[in-house]
This record gives sequence, C-alpha cells and structure tokens, in this order.
Amino acid sequence: MNSKERISGELFSVDLCGSLCLCGEKRCQRIHHRDTEFAQSFTESFLRMYLRQSCLLLVMVCGLLASSTGFVVAKEAQPNEDPQIEQRMKTLTEQLRCMVCQNETLDASRADLAENLRKEIREQIKAGKSDQEIIAFLTQRYGDYVLYNPPVKKTTYLLWFGPFILLIGGTAVLYRYLKNRREMIKESPLSADERKRAEEILNA
Amino acid sequence: MNKYLLIPLALFIGLAAFLFVGLSRDPRELPSALINKPAPDFQLQRLQEPTKTLSAKDLRGKVWLLNFWGTWCIACRDEHPRLIEYAKSKSLPIYGVDYKYANDTSDERTAAIQFLAEAGNPYTETIYDPEGRTSVDYGVYGAPESFLIDKKGVVRFKQIGPITDEVWYQKILPLAGQLNNEL
Repeated sequence: MNSKERISGELFSVDLCGSLCLCGEKRCQRIHHRDTEFAQSFTESFLRMYLRQSCLLLVMVCGLLASSTGFVVAKEAQPNEDPQIEQRMKTLTEQLRCMVCQNETLDASRADLAENLRKEIREQIKAGKSDQEIIAFLTQRYGDYVLYNPPVKKTTYLLWFGPFILLIGGTAVLYRYLKNRREMIKESPLSADERKRAEEILNA
Repeated sequence: MNKYLLIPLALFIGLAAFLFVGLSRDPRELPSALINKPAPDFQLQRLQEPTKTLSAKDLRGKVWLLNFWGTWCIACRDEHPRLIEYAKSKSLPIYGVDYKYANDTSDERTAAIQFLAEAGNPYTETIYDPEGRTSVDYGVYGAPESFLIDKKGVVRFKQIGPITDEVWYQKILPLAGQLNNEL
C-alpha cells in the first residue's frame, strides 16, 4: 500500500472484492503486504467492517440515486432478445420488488438475484405463461412482499383502508370543531332581564 | 378543556410507540411464504459425486436442516465454523445446497469442494445448484438461509442470514426435538 514496503521485500497482493451490499455494484481494493497472514486478517477485518458499517449507508445512498436519477441501469444487455418479450418483462418487473435491495424494483436492481429472476421471468414469458401465472410463481416463493401493489386481504386491510379511515375521522373531528367554534362566537343579544342585571352590576 | 389537551399527547405517544417498534425490527426479515408448506422438491447432483443425486423426497421420515450457501457468500463463511460445531453434536443432520446463479460463470463447484476440504465439512450431504433454481424455489434472497424440515417434508422454520448460537440452541434445536417426537 505504501511505497516503503514496496521496496523492502517480496510483496503479496490480495484483491478484495465485495459485492457491495449485494446490490450489484462490485468494489475492489488491492492490498499489498509481505505477510500473507496479515493480508488475511486484514481481509477479514476489512470485510467485516465493510459489511457492518458501509452497507446500511450505501443501501440508502444507492436507493436514493436509483430513485432520483435513474442511475441504476440493468447490467445485462439483451440485444438479441425479442423486444416484445423485453417490453412485457419490463412492465412486469417494474411492479415487483427486488428482495435484496428492497427499495428497488426487479427491473432496476442489479443484484444477482434480480438478474436471475429476470432471466427466469423471460423464460416463463417465452414458455407462454401469463402475467398472473408469473406473479403467482414469485409470490409463492417470496411472499406478497415482492408485490409493490399488495393484494387486498385480511392482513392488509389496515394498509389499504387505514388512510381512508384517518381521512374520515379527521374530517369528522374538524367538522365538530368548526361547528363548536361557530356556536361559541355566535352573537346572542341580551334579553331585557339580562340587560337590567348587567346595568345593576355596572352601576353598583 | 384540559381533557382535550391530552389528545395530541396521546396521539404523539402512539405514533412514537409505532415508530420505536419499527426501528427495532429488521426490514430484511420477512415472513417466509414457505412456513408450514411442503418443502419444494429438488433433484440435484451431489457436490462431490456428480453421478449421484439427492432429492427432498429421499429425506422423508427425517427431521433435517437445509442450508443454502456458496463460496461467494461472505456471511456463509462467517456461519461455517458454527455449523461444523453444531454438526459435531449429531443432533440434527445438516444438508447443504451450494448454489450460484446462472449469470455467475465462476467454477463454484471446484471452489466449494476445495473450501469444504480446507475449512471442514459440516454437511451430511451437499448438493449443487448451479443455476440457482432450487434457491429460487425456496425463495432464498439473503444467503445463508436455512430451512428446518419435518418428517413429512414440511418447512417448519426458516432462518435468514447466519445461524447464531442463540438461534440454534433456543429455536432450531428445541423445535427439531419436538418434531422428532412427531409421527
């Protein structure tokens, strides 16, 4: 790594490659040292640190980039594929979540899993499977979580209807509040009795 | 009037409680679609003996653990020494699936054979899934993943990520013992 060591003897070099957070981007770092054991222990501690510290941050950064700039482009070029199949696959995978980089669609993710699933979906389209059949194939394996558009069922009632309940509840509260306020500020003229009593108090 | 002042406070506490629970949960841990469902069948070559195959049906009548791993998977290397230790106790047979995806062109088989020879082999039997099909059938997305399968071939427990001592001794072993007593 530094030039002093480079001069003073035989060097071992180790390439450290980690699939960054499994989200597709590969990062490499080469380290040089005379001692293989050092290199090995360095490798281990580096990877451990790498996984623990950088992953969360990088997932967030890569999610942000992916969502804001369309930074992530599918790695594999498929020039020989039928554009019709590709188009169908794209519309399908845009609605599906990559399980590795959970804020990316299967369409956008460069994770190995996503690539593998795109290949699987491509093959199923070629085999004449319908979109529903392909989605069923995936939900059987990965659960409803793969769907960006979750199905309406018992466990998702709160998800689907919660916002409407909040809206209705909020409107009701607001209506009551405004009504009470209007009543509070309504001017009611004093009756003759009240006027008389008020004058008595004021003149006393 | 004071009563109404408490409402925003109550709402805030409720929201804070929700968010607090959300913070302590790992978003990577998802309920498996496979729990209490039959383990998907496979028919794969054995890693070291390509002429022989192993299928999930061969293991009917046994309680066993299916562990998905690969030499490319860093967390699997972290888990490996513990698997060796667990395998020594012979309390639960561990079957390994060495997998990679089809777009990965590396020679995983050779690498895996070498890795097991060097680092030790905790697996009763290892099978090789070069296109990751079986891993997709099991819904694996965060290797290593392990599935505890009962005598009838039903998945009863799933661990995403490395098995820790806590998971092994407090969840997997007790459940395996219970499943062994089932008919």
